[in-house]
Formats: sequence, C-alpha cells, structure tokens
Amino acid sequence: MALSKIWVHAEAVDGKVANITLEMLAKARELGDTVECFYAGPDADAIAATVGAHGATTLHSTGDLNGGLIGVHLGAAVAEAVGSAAPDLIMFGTTQDGRDTAARLSVKLDKPVLTNNSGISVDGDAIVVETQIFGGTQIVKTKFAAGGPALAVFRPKSFVAEESGGGAASVAELTVPDVGAAGAAKIVDRHVEESTGPKLDEAAIVVSGGRGLGDAEKYQIIEDLAKALKGAPGASRAIVDAGWVPYSYQVGQTGKVVKPTVYIAAGISGATQHMVGMKGSKNIIAINKDPEAPIFSIADLGVVGDVHKVLPKLLEALQSR
Amino acid sequence: MNVVVCVKQIPDPAEPGALNPDHTLKRDGKLILDESDSYGVEMALQLVDTAGEGEVTLVSMAPNSETSGLRTALAMGAAKAVLVSDEALKGAGALDSAKVLAAAIKRVEGADLILAATESSDGYTGTVPEQIAAVLDLPSITFAKHIEIADGTVKVQRQTEAGYDECECPLPAVVSVTAGVVEPRYPSFKGIMAAKSKPVDEVKVADLGLDAGIVGWAGAGQEIVDVSAAPEREAGEVIEDDGEAYTKIVEFLDGLKVL
Ligand SMILES: Cc1cc2nc3c(=O)[nH]c(=O)nc-3n(C[C@H](O)[C@H](O)[C@H](O)COP(=O)(O)OP(=O)(O)OC[C@H]3O[C@@H](n4cnc5c(N)ncnc54)[C@H](O)[C@@H]3O)c2cc1C
Ligand SMILES: Nc1ncnc2c1ncn2[C@@H]1O[C@H](COP(=O)(O)O)[C@@H](O)[C@H]1O
Repeated sequence: MALSKIWVHAEAVDGKVANITLEMLAKARELGDTVECFYAGPDADAIAATVGAHGATTLHSTGDLNGGLIGVHLGAAVAEAVGSAAPDLIMFGTTQDGRDTAARLSVKLDKPVLTNNSGISVDGDAIVVETQIFGGTQIVKTKFAAGGPALAVFRPKSFVAEESGGGAASVAELTVPDVGAAGAAKIVDRHVEESTGPKLDEAAIVVSGGRGLGDAEKYQIIEDLAKALKGAPGASRAIVDAGWVPYSYQVGQTGKVVKPTVYIAAGISGATQHMVGMKGSKNIIAINKDPEAPIFSIADLGVVGDVHKVLPKLLEALQSR
Repeated sequence: MNVVVCVKQIPDPAEPGALNPDHTLKRDGKLILDESDSYGVEMALQLVDTAGEGEVTLVSMAPNSETSGLRTALAMGAAKAVLVSDEALKGAGALDSAKVLAAAIKRVEGADLILAATESSDGYTGTVPEQIAAVLDLPSITFAKHIEIADGTVKVQRQTEAGYDECECPLPAVVSVTAGVVEPRYPSFKGIMAAKSKPVDEVKVADLGLDAGIVGWAGAGQEIVDVSAAPEREAGEVIEDDGEAYTKIVEFLDGLKVL
C-alpha cells in the first residue's frame, strides 16, 4: 500500500538543491501518492523548479531566515503546518540542518524520530526503516508505532536520485510562528573553504589518506594522486582530528558517505566508522603495511606495502600516461 | 560561568557490540565515558577557567547506577554530577532521553551553558542535544568547533559542509561540540583521587517529575521488527609489494576504464 502524502526536507547549497534531497525524492515518489517539499532559505523559485523535476508538487517555503538557524524555525513552522496537511511520513537528510529540524519537530509533535536510516519500506500500513549497526555488519528494521507523521532521517547515498520529468513545484508559504527566545541564535558570518576539482561525494574516484601517511606534509601525494585521477581527495578522521586536512575531507560515519567507482585507501586501517562511509564503493583498493588491517577484508585489490614506496611510483606511472 | 555537560557512559567501543534478545543494545558490562563527550568536558573546563569563576556539572543517564564514566570526567575537573539511573529507562529512544536529560539539567541551579556532543559513539542519533534545547525551550547551536563566551553571549564556529558559520546566541543556550576540536586532558593522580569524593546526585525518573511509562521502551513509539546480517563484501586479491605493486594498481584501474 502506498502512503498518501510524504514531505521531504529540501536543502540547498549555494542555491543548488542538495543531492541528499533529490535522493530522498526518488524514494518518496516510489512510496507515496503525493510528494511535497518543505524548505527554509532563499531562491524558492529555483529550488521549486529542481524539486519539481524530481517529483515534488509543492514547495512549502518559509523564505530566507535572515541569519536565523534553520532547525528551530523550520521545525516550528512544519509542526504548525502538519496539523492540517498531515503527511504520513516526513523525510530528512543526515545533515546539520536536517538533524536539527527533525529534532525540534519531534519535540513539538511529541513523536520519535528515527535516525541513520539507509532504507525504508511500507508494509501494510506500517512504515519500516532500515539502519546499519556495528559498522554496517547488521541491519535493523524498525517500525514506527506511534501514529503519523513518522519522522525519519536518512544517510546520504541511500537512494539513487532520478528525475521524474515533472514541472516546477508550486511554491506555498510556510509560516514561521514566533519561537521566542529559542530562536535567538544567529549566523553572523560565513566562511567557505576554497576547493577545486570534483566534490568528494560526487567524484568517480576518491583517494583517501590516513594516519599511515606519517605526517601532515605527506598528505600532498594524496592530493596529487586525486588530481592525476581527476578524482577527489578524502581522509580518515584520525588525520582530520590531527588537523592535517579540513573536516570537509572526512569519509565515514561522522563525515561523508561516498560511493565512487573506485575508492583508494592509503594508510587507513579500516575502522568500522570509516568503512560505513565507503563500503558502498564499486571498487576498493587498499594500501597498508599491516596484512591484518581490517580494510583488506573489503578491498578488491589489497597491497601490503609501505605507502611511501607504493604511492610515489603509482603517481609517476599515472602522470606519465 | 556554570556549564552543564551531558556525558554518555557507553560500552567500550573497542569491544564488539552485542544486542539483547529484545534487540536493545547490551549495556550491562562496565561503561566508560564516551570519547565524543570528553571534548565537551574539556571545552567546559576551559570556558570556566577563562571566565575565572563557576563550575562544571555533569549530567548522565545510564543503567545500573553506573558512575565509571562520570568519575573519569570528574577526575578531569568537573565539580559534581547528576545521574539518572532507572530500570524504567531501558531502551529509551532519543526523544525520551532528551526529556529525561532536560529534567535532570533543570535540577542544576544557575546553568549558563549546556554542552553535549554532536553525536554519541554508540547511539549517534545526533538529535539528543537539539531535542534537549527544544524541551527546555532554549536556543541552540549544533556542530560547534570553537566556542567563546563574552558578555552573556556565546560565540560559536559552527561546522558546515564547506567551512564554518560564525554564530552568536545569548545565554543560556545549548551547544553541541564536534569531536576532536580540543585535546581532552588526562586526569592527574590528584584529580583521580579527588573524583572519588565528588558528589553524584543519583535520581530516579519519578524524582524528575516524569512518568516512567512514557519515557521507557514502552513509550518509545518504535518497534524493532528484524535484525539480520548485512550482505558481506568479499575480499579480493591481496598482494605483497615487491616494488612493482603499483603496476597492479594501474592495471586494475585500466581494467575499470577509469584512466
Ligand atoms: C563516534 C565515532 C565516529 C567516528 N567517525 C569516523 C569517521 O567518520 N571517519 C573515520 O575515518 N573515522 C571515524 N572514527 C574514528 C575511527 O574509529 C578510527 O579511529 C579512524 O578511522 C582511524 O583512522 P586511520 O585509519 O587513519 O588511523 P589508524 O587506525 O591509526 O590506522 C593507520 C593505518 O596505517 C597503516 N600504516 C602505518 N604506516 C604505514 C605505511 N608507512 N604504509 C602503509 N600503511 C601504514 C597502519 O598499519 C594502520 O592500519 C570515529 C570514531 C568514533 C568513536
Ligand atoms: N544517556 C545520556 N546521558 C548523557 N548524555 C547523553 C545521553 N544520550 C545522549 N547524550 C548527549 O547527547 C549527545 C548526542 O547523543 P546522540 O544523539 O545519541 O548521538 C551525547 O554525546 C551526549 O552529550
């Protein structure tokens, strides 16, 4: 049985609808008769065109929040709106604002929110979500038992985005009620780190480095390899925490989920929290000096060796082609 | 400057995790301070230190009157703790945990700032801190990588996809801290000894004025219907580098037609 109405949190980065939104829309279309989006931010018309092309019929938009944080305002706005609109399911992405909004909404509606999902199905009139636990070795299926709307937060790359060929969604105003002192936090300035080349979560090839590189300067060869392969450089959390590279490079449970054609892990042990972020890659190559490193258990090609010996030769071979 | 830090006490992540027959996470062994929360404790200690007055109070919800994780944070320098331990909380979901923690935080007088981790190591729902803020009707800033306090305002660098946002908020407020942003101190011997006698106020759900039937598993509004093994990824070929392994990598990439 299909659900009659699903709402999907639409997010945008630099005026472009985020992939996670489009991924969720593809799944929502499969599960629901009517799919609508809700959104807080500027450029509602442009957003409506994209989400419309992916199957949403309406974009409920609060407009720009002028520096107000999204979670508290959008959560309150949706809480007021669902009274009359009553979607069966509200979907969010595992992003900063997605989590904040789901959390605020769950308190307002006094409904549980289920997080870290990588799948969803409708069984009779029950909504069942799938979550990977213990580093993705086990899958737990959980049913919502509290009555609608069901609030569910999904990991990126859980579904495949696909256009539906629909026209632009109509834009409807979503009113933000007065949230009082709870809304007092403001964004006063934004800092964007420069990046070139394909984005980590979109690149066809990802080359990631870990603590096995030894020190921060040695990371340069990862950047060079990524460039030679027209891919993106990534990292384990160990070297993000150590300050070698920015957080935006991090692959894993608390970083990005990537599913490239090829993932190369150099000097990365393969902790479960790293693996949940890259296990879905089509092909995995691992280079590690420890033959017992867990990363080898999921690698299509494993090289037991020293990164300082293997990587320079690999780079040279690639550059001379 | 009084800071409350929510600290979760969890099974050691180095040990393989296991589930109870009712599919809830096994938490009956010795619990430790969640590493994710050690950053919040360190941050709180630094903020109190900078302010020159005030103290750090811990709040935790854990089974079996567990205090080992709390003692670690007390040894780092926190002054006291509130522990909610109640059989009725077994299997509590994120929303219930937030209701309980919020009620426990209210017991702490004069809290200016409430810190938590952006996500715990064992639950990683990443929603509890914002839910606590919602229950307390407070402003919040999540994903903080740097925090400063000046004139009753908290200034936070909030991690974003592409960099960070500078955010500001009047106190009291809830802030969640990302992992790895400060270096948690090691408890000194003196700290460890002092921690043994620091006060831990242990309470039950009823002491918080909450209904145990609502905040436990029974009231969680979710039901696990199945747990199964995920399809495993097969290991492929593993070769020893003899100086020429790089050619194998090039061949492999060539075979995929990505070069
Ligand atoms: C709540 C939580 C969330 C987390 N989230 C993430 C996450 O999102 N992403 C993530 O990556 N981690 C995450 N972690 C951390 C994770 O548990 C590991 O600590 C981390 O992934 C380890 O990084 P690493 O593999 O680079 O370092 P290590 O585990 O130290 O491994 C280094 C590897 O390099 C090898 N090596 C050393 N020298 C050489 C050499 N010369 N040549 C070749 N190989 C060499 C070693 O054999 C070793 O296998 C998280 C942890 C927690 C608790
Ligand atoms: N049982 C608990 N006791 C104390 N703090 C908690 C508890 N559960 C969650 N928290 C706080 O909320 C953070 C995020 O948890 P989670 O939402 O489960 O990922 C934790 O790191 C703690 O700071």
